[in-house]
Amino acid sequence: MGMTMAEKIIALAASVAEAKAGDIYTVELDRLMSNDGTTHLTIDMFNKLKNPVIKDVNKLVWIVDHNIPSDSPKTAASHKKMRDFAREKGIAFYEGEGVCHQIMMENHVRPGELIFGADSHTCAYGALGAFGTGVGCTDYLYAMVTGESWLLVPETLRFNLHGTLKKGVYARDLILTIIGKIGANGANYMAMEFAGDGMKSLSMADRISICNLCVEAGAKTALMEVDDIALDYLKLNGNRKPKAIVSSDEDANFAKIFDINLNEIEPIVAKPHFVDQVVAATECLGVHIDEAFLGSCNNGRLEDLRVGASIIKGKKVSDKVRFLVVPASRTVYQEAMAEGLIDIFMDAGAIVMNPNCSVCWGSCQGVIGEGETLISTGTRNFKGRAGHKDSFVYLASAATVTASAIAGYITTADRI
Amino acid sequence: MSESFTGRVWILGNDIDTDIIIPTDYLALNTVKEMAPFGFSPLRPELASLIKEGDIIVAGSNFGCGSSREQAPEVVKALGIKAVIADSFARIFFRNAINNGLLLIECPGLSQIVKEGDEITVVPGNHITYEDKDYPIASLPENLMEILKAGGLVSAMRARNGLTD
Repeated sequence: MGMTMAEKIIALAASVAEAKAGDIYTVELDRLMSNDGTTHLTIDMFNKLKNPVIKDVNKLVWIVDHNIPSDSPKTAASHKKMRDFAREKGIAFYEGEGVCHQIMMENHVRPGELIFGADSHTCAYGALGAFGTGVGCTDYLYAMVTGESWLLVPETLRFNLHGTLKKGVYARDLILTIIGKIGANGANYMAMEFAGDGMKSLSMADRISICNLCVEAGAKTALMEVDDIALDYLKLNGNRKPKAIVSSDEDANFAKIFDINLNEIEPIVAKPHFVDQVVAATECLGVHIDEAFLGSCNNGRLEDLRVGASIIKGKKVSDKVRFLVVPASRTVYQEAMAEGLIDIFMDAGAIVMNPNCSVCWGSCQGVIGEGETLISTGTRNFKGRAGHKDSFVYLASAATVTASAIAGYITTADRI
Repeated sequence: MSESFTGRVWILGNDIDTDIIIPTDYLALNTVKEMAPFGFSPLRPELASLIKEGDIIVAGSNFGCGSSREQAPEVVKALGIKAVIADSFARIFFRNAINNGLLLIECPGLSQIVKEGDEITVVPGNHITYEDKDYPIASLPENLMEILKAGGLVSAMRARNGLTD
């Protein structure tokens, strides 16, 4: 029996010839990412150990992105703890450079690696053929000290993509459609693997967006084969060399195979309060909004900003709406400036923020109040996620979010 | 951990996410003890004040979906919850709970049978008894039981690597 991508990467990390779904292995981690959501807790636990050591400091990457710049003395203290510790130990440290997963994609992730991130959306790294998975700070601490962890080899759901997305339809619409189809726990404990001729039409930004959101179906990781598009991205971003390039064998065992025609996907909206509560965007036309958010590890890349700018160019944000535009990294921000996109958003009346997690995680910036409604390219629409417990979040593509910001209610780009 | 226990039940639905268990707003508080009164507040603001030491949560599918915030299982534990029983658990929450010594039990369908406020008896790794009827439950793999018995992953690591306080 052949192996899946997930099985092959775990076999490599466990130094065994073969791994199969359902087995538990002790694995050596290739990289360990942590952000200011929980790193202060990791440091506290580390300091309570007797004679604690970091197994391999070169594997650690720490990123301040959730509350940057700090919004209170408490977060300032938390950041200071993280900054001081990182400097003392020589840990790669980023502050204000961008959202953690974007920073990892731009600088660190290599195909074939097994990566723990103390953040649920670590599964984004599958866009470069790496096994990224989210863990809590205790698992992180254990891996940081021992270099290892235990991992149950996941079964794999395989998605064969065919054709191309229609004009005005985006990767965000595709992954929301898939999550709606399989449900918020449809891939619980499993890997979601994407392949097929349709991959050729998907940019790295599309791929990251797709992999990033797989945790919203419960997935342990998401994986895509490394092709020329991925290799070009690695070359352009630091000329990184793969650890290993793996693909699933033809006779690999998939728990289920889905065939998806990309040209059948339509603009989608996920309604409050669950990511799998998806409907055609046209079913939400006219829903009043108070705020719109274009950004996050899911849709804050240059390609997303281009989509938004092309729709809003020469138009104005509705006077009933705050439109937050948050590039996912400093690099994205600078590229967007060079292309004139930031001017377009500013001219339209958008609020352009520094790269961070912003309202997607319901803290720091743009938090919404009681009874308010947000349309967002963020990752989640849970009850209270973006602020007050009695507020509402709709998730949609950069195009639908921007169009809605102009209209003052939910609408699609072709109606603007 | 293998000893049986009896507790009063709180019933929760499907997809109880980490932002319900502890909203982002309260993560800035200094301790989990300070966060605990706000546990489950977006869904049931009164619940945290009503939960007593030894109570049991029985929920539907995908309990703990969402963020990797470890404060979620810590808050559940700090409220005095002895165990969470659900149709299924989200993966990251599952690891975080075990790592913090919070007992999780999968028992599909139980949330549809048990009434809130009633008592159930749990025999870990074997069965749950409610109104004189037994519902079978599986035992956790050995490596996870070892972590639970030690009271969490950090304690287990200390024991294994000789890193004691």
